[in-house]
Amino acid sequence: MDFRLSEGQEKFRQEVRDFLEGEIKQGLWEPTCDAWIMGHDPEFTKRVAKKGWIGLTWPKEYGGQGRSYIDRLILTEEMLRYGAPAACHWFADRQIGGAVVHYGTDEQKKELLPMILKGEAYVGLGMSEPDAGSDLASLKTKATEDGDDFIIDGQKTWTSGGSKMNWIYLVARTDPDAPKHKGISEFFFSTDLPGISVAPIEDITGGVHFNEVFFENVRIPKTCLIGVRNKGFYQILNQLDYERSGMERLMANYPLFDALIQYTRETRRNGKPLSQDPLIRSKLAQLKIGLEIGRMHMYRVAMVMDEGRAPNWESSMSKVYGTAFEQRLAGTAIEILGLYGQLAPESKWAPMRGMAYHSYLSSKGYSLQAGSSEVLKNIMAQRKLELPSQ
Amino acid sequence: MNLALSEEQEMLKTMARDFLADKLPKATVKEMEESEEGYSAELWKEMAGLGWMGLAFPEKYGGSDMSFLDLAMLLEEMGRACLPGPYFSTVVLSGFTILDVGTDEQKDEYLPKISSGEAIFTLALTEPSASYKESGIETKAAAEGGNYVISGTKLFVPDANVADYMLVAAKTGKGVTLFIVDARSPGISTTVLKTIANDKLCEVVFDKVKVSKDNILGKLDQGWKEIEKIIQRAAVGKCCEMTGCIQQALDMTVEYAKDRKQYGHPIGSFQVIQHYCADMATDVDGTRLSTYQAAWMLSEGLPCAQEVAIAKAWAGEACPRVMALAHQIHGAIGVTIDHDLQYYTRRAKAAEVSFGDASFYQDVVAKEMGL
Repeated sequence: MDFRLSEGQEKFRQEVRDFLEGEIKQGLWEPTCDAWIMGHDPEFTKRVAKKGWIGLTWPKEYGGQGRSYIDRLILTEEMLRYGAPAACHWFADRQIGGAVVHYGTDEQKKELLPMILKGEAYVGLGMSEPDAGSDLASLKTKATEDGDDFIIDGQKTWTSGGSKMNWIYLVARTDPDAPKHKGISEFFFSTDLPGISVAPIEDITGGVHFNEVFFENVRIPKTCLIGVRNKGFYQILNQLDYERSGMERLMANYPLFDALIQYTRETRRNGKPLSQDPLIRSKLAQLKIGLEIGRMHMYRVAMVMDEGRAPNWESSMSKVYGTAFEQRLAGTAIEILGLYGQLAPESKWAPMRGMAYHSYLSSKGYSLQAGSSEVLKNIMAQRKLELPSQ
Repeated sequence: MNLALSEEQEMLKTMARDFLADKLPKATVKEMEESEEGYSAELWKEMAGLGWMGLAFPEKYGGSDMSFLDLAMLLEEMGRACLPGPYFSTVVLSGFTILDVGTDEQKDEYLPKISSGEAIFTLALTEPSASYKESGIETKAAAEGGNYVISGTKLFVPDANVADYMLVAAKTGKGVTLFIVDARSPGISTTVLKTIANDKLCEVVFDKVKVSKDNILGKLDQGWKEIEKIIQRAAVGKCCEMTGCIQQALDMTVEYAKDRKQYGHPIGSFQVIQHYCADMATDVDGTRLSTYQAAWMLSEGLPCAQEVAIAKAWAGEACPRVMALAHQIHGAIGVTIDHDLQYYTRRAKAAEVSFGDASFYQDVVAKEMGL
């Protein structure tokens, strides 16, 4: 047992911090909650790509750095700590590149990976549909074979990154006659095609990060199929373990935590700083404890991945835990702010740039994205604890 | 970073689990709890024979030269088995303290007795103030020639009823000093309290108890620094026990949920029960991860005030959540005195409040955060 990071890892963390602090000092962006999913900044993504920080864990032969998942966790932890606008490359880096490395043909690897590594693939995740949420396998969007092509018809919803995407990762039905889990395939293609239309969905904060995406007779070459035809559902289950695994499930609203501590130090109520009020101290300490427990869950998940195992129940556990923590952070922030907690970011008098307001609302979605907490608890119960499904 | 146990740790853990499962059915725990001594001298000897008392002490004191982290594995299994008795008092509270600040003579005299199982030790720290702060100590030790005379009341002293020696914290001229006191010295009277864990927490009254100044453990007036270390070590030790305790409660609950049928199905197939179990497992793993981190840091001699505080504060809140769900899932059978679950419920509660509860350590974390 050794809880220390290696010297190289500590150095890497410092390098990432120096880079991000330099960016903030230059006024290129300011720390924001949810910046990993809502902060679209193509120039930032290019600068990150130039550092070699996209595809960190991919094998060197594909242009990656061949580094560990712990290294990547350090990188993403710092990105989130500083609330960096990493949305343009996040999905491609987190799961799509890995899926191509894992399931793609040599041609696909040659074509797609360099584009991701350069930070040029803004990927939308086309999974959920109006009638296929937690029960993803009941999806209806069709991919019908037609000569050398597939024709895509159907509708996706809650498509993360949909409004800015130039590529989409799509799950569609390729065999309507097979049992529902056994007729699904995965595709990855440019959205610059006739027949695709995107309708933004305004979320509870007034922001847009997910969308409806419509496909009407969209013709894609067969080379867009990723992995094995009709085995897509099993591939996606594996990918979802990775999608759920990251620090963005614990630290998406971390800038709020830092700002809140600062706020309690600087704000006086009843003649003393809020940070000296025993109740508030206790609340902040509980948040800190909750955060550190969550970090340990996250590091464990990365370690499982470094051992070459898919972190199936571990990432479910860390995500359920992490997103509940984030919701508690947002709720506690509002409690501490009292009347000020209700002020929107653009309002006069809004403390902390309205982060508490934003986070309180946006964190409601955290426990739904990438597997609702309920579905994930079923996974833990059935895969870790081996409780029966019937 | 590496979370895996070493081969030796795995072996130690398995061996301890098997041994305790064999020697300590709950009927035996019950007997021990109900006995006057609170432990079994026979089992104590066997544990000493296995090298458990001296596990983390140097070989020259009859120990096995293993680490605190190794000991943590053993404590976890003791928590899982609900082992009653003075192991914690003797080894964690006392032995480590003597090793840490004892003179060579003291170490030579006492540590081999601990390693061999010959002597039972305990720590007489807390008082009616029920505080783990220096200000909570009112017992006095007055210098008188070459001796000190100790007077005062110690409360919640574990296993004082069977102890051969006590480490006693008392106020001296300019601070607090630790003394090694023969528990049979004239002037000491011990009353066993009736507690939730049915362990032997005692009131110990010191009425002009004479101790030689050679029995000062550590530095005169500067004992509190060492006591802080004792509390830290004990808190982590309790976290280890709590980890074992709630892991076992979870395991029992999952087994029950698989077996128990209602409406024609095992209740473990119902989503509500599955979610409860998942919540329990998440709390158990958080407790274990933070406990191992704190134990590892202590073992490595790294500064770890914050990590210890996080582990104990977390365990202090996670344990009651886990036990509440364990009971909810077990239903009525779990609240009977004949069911094993009650041992865990009672012990978890005692461990939660020992050596700093959640709010005590939340305050430590707040300080570490610079609030």
